[in-house]
Amino acid sequence: MADPMRIRAQAAGDKTTVRVLMSHEMESGQRKDSAGKLVPAHFINEVTATLNGKVVLTADWGPSVSKNPFMQFVVKGAKAGDKIGVSWKDNKGDSRSDEATVS
Amino acid sequence: MQTRRETLKHSAIVAGLLATAGLIPQQALAYNKAAFEAKSLADVVKALGAGAPAESKDVTIGGPDIAENGAVVPLTAGTSLPGVKQMLILVEKNPAAMVALFNVTDSVEASFATRAKMGQSSDVYAVAVMADGKVLYAKKEVKVTLGGCGG
Repeated sequence: MADPMRIRAQAAGDKTTVRVLMSHEMESGQRKDSAGKLVPAHFINEVTATLNGKVVLTADWGPSVSKNPFMQFVVKGAKAGDKIGVSWKDNKGDSRSDEATVS
Repeated sequence: MQTRRETLKHSAIVAGLLATAGLIPQQALAYNKAAFEAKSLADVVKALGAGAPAESKDVTIGGPDIAENGAVVPLTAGTSLPGVKQMLILVEKNPAAMVALFNVTDSVEASFATRAKMGQSSDVYAVAVMADGKVLYAKKEVKVTLGGCGG
């Protein structure tokens, strides 16, 4: 199981900026190890964000997103105390979900 | 008593219902592998089944002019236009051009930031796929002094 995500959701008016920092290798499949063999690709390919359990954003990622990915998006109509959930799934079937409260 | 013919007819109807109810949404949600393997903006757009891309001032792409470390290049993509279905971030000269695809809903703004790896200096694109099938993009050149894809 991967390390938890760091999620920060800050409301300003009716817009909430959500910043997510995930912990993941994001191996591109292009790199070679010391023995000269290709390191197999291992990256997050599906990301889902929810507001109070309702899906507001889904994203598909490729291997060229950086290691320990950062993502920022703006949710409309969220209030302080609302729950923002983010979950990801990688190409090896590993997944992780975390939740944060809008402040 | 149900005849064989009726049974067959019913199962055909049920299969049809399943196809419309179950399969089509699944198809829309499935990870679009072809788009992530495409090499250029035109190929990506074709893999997504959208129209021909046109440059637009209403789409914005943000990023550094010179990225010292190609492993972590902060990029932003956004548009103020209504009716956006998907926002894409592309790096043209990466082994696979598409970095990320965001499916926009009514509850989020079409404005995203993330960090990408870049193998070499290249044009980066923000692409907005509109609900009416139009494809608009903005591009920007980012120079990379140290590549982030090989090593």
